[in-house]
Amino acid sequence: MGKLLVKDKDIVTPGEELAVGMDFLPATGVFREKEQLIASRMGIVNVSGRLVKLIPLSGRYAPKRDDIVIGRIMDMTMSSWFVDINHFSDAVMSLREVKDFIPRGADLSGYYSYGQWILAKITNVTKSNSVEIGMKSPGLGKLGNGRIIKLNPAKIPRVIGRQGSMIGLIKEKTNCKISVGQNGYIWLKGEDPEKERLAVETLYYIEKEAHKSGLTDKVGEFLNGRLGGKDVHKKK
Amino acid sequence: MVDLEEKMFTKRSDGRKFGEMRPMEAKVGVIKRADGSAMFKIGKTIAYAAVYGPRSLYPKFLQNKDRAVLRCNYNMIAFSGSGDRIRPGPNRRSKEISLITEKALFPSIDLKAYPGSVIDVFIELVQTDSGTRCAGICAAAMALADAGFVMKDLVSAIALGRVEDKIIVDATKEEEDYPDGMADVPVAMMPRKGEITLLQDDGFLTKEQLKEILELASKACKEINKIQREALKEKYKE
Repeated sequence: MGKLLVKDKDIVTPGEELAVGMDFLPATGVFREKEQLIASRMGIVNVSGRLVKLIPLSGRYAPKRDDIVIGRIMDMTMSSWFVDINHFSDAVMSLREVKDFIPRGADLSGYYSYGQWILAKITNVTKSNSVEIGMKSPGLGKLGNGRIIKLNPAKIPRVIGRQGSMIGLIKEKTNCKISVGQNGYIWLKGEDPEKERLAVETLYYIEKEAHKSGLTDKVGEFLNGRLGGKDVHKKK
Repeated sequence: MVDLEEKMFTKRSDGRKFGEMRPMEAKVGVIKRADGSAMFKIGKTIAYAAVYGPRSLYPKFLQNKDRAVLRCNYNMIAFSGSGDRIRPGPNRRSKEISLITEKALFPSIDLKAYPGSVIDVFIELVQTDSGTRCAGICAAAMALADAGFVMKDLVSAIALGRVEDKIIVDATKEEEDYPDGMADVPVAMMPRKGEITLLQDDGFLTKEQLKEILELASKACKEINKIQREALKEKYKE
């Protein structure tokens, strides 16, 4: 009979025993050694049925296919752009992967120039960690005026919340347009500069409190406190 | 204080038992801009470690396509010792210790998860007494875990020794300098399975003495490991 040695939502350190017995199965961040399940990194334990999973608390961005990321054009060749996506190697975006019609031999800086921020999707990650991105899906493309902030990528799932509940709350309360990249970059633009600043503060607040439970309620209180308890829509 | 001229070594200079370690303290997240950082203090020795990475590695020929490259740097700051000012920058001793630190940490990290990148570990000793390489390894292991790396286990390290016929755990500077010769044995291990990742020795030991040292080391490392884990969890306490 298998036995769980830690509780759900416990914080564990690498090398810690999580469970004994073959009844439990190792998921991300956990490995099996004979009968034991062992944590392979710092994280919060998540037990769902027989699966034991770790939610990471820290770490740099690890690109995965189909992630939506925010990046910045760093360099280009005759046929592709190199984009900084907060990963140790720049991602490659081929000219075939953008929506624009680009004639043969055109200067690529006329389409996306140096320093341009873009919203893109990861199309491929090779074994040797080179990343390809593209902007063909709807909603992807250039990011216009606004501001970019950088958070720890491990905290991004909390920023988004379950089915986008957290980010929806911030958007609603602060009346900002927000795009979140899985790689830790966030683009935002608000009508009211005060509220835009509040949105930024809220995002940093989430980053700081990310490992705590009941965060959406806390953030709601935080926002209401800053807005003077008044409902944004009524005020308008 | 024990008179060092006295022949028989019967008591330790600071009144500890032979198998007892100096008081320890550990803290995680001490350097804000690093990906992971930690402080480890044992007695008067204080080590700080900062970890950066995985990040890009240039020149390109240093890159390894199959795994990340681990780079460690051990450094004692200018007035960290009790004696003269230490000349800053790398020297023969610090280069050697950087290398053995790298080898002590190497088996614990899953470097295959980050091909083509580099993991930089910087260890600074702000105050030194003895057992600096071990304190450095303990701090670095915590910093690596804090940075969120995929690891097999947390490495712990302790310096043991022999003075006359007594095996001691965690030697002080005075014991290291014992006039009739002593053996200094730093040990690093992954305590969960007892895998040794560092074992050095300067001085003569019999087979039995070495066996006793390894037994005591595994006990001490388990104790240190507990302190390291508690410190890591402390960072996320409400």
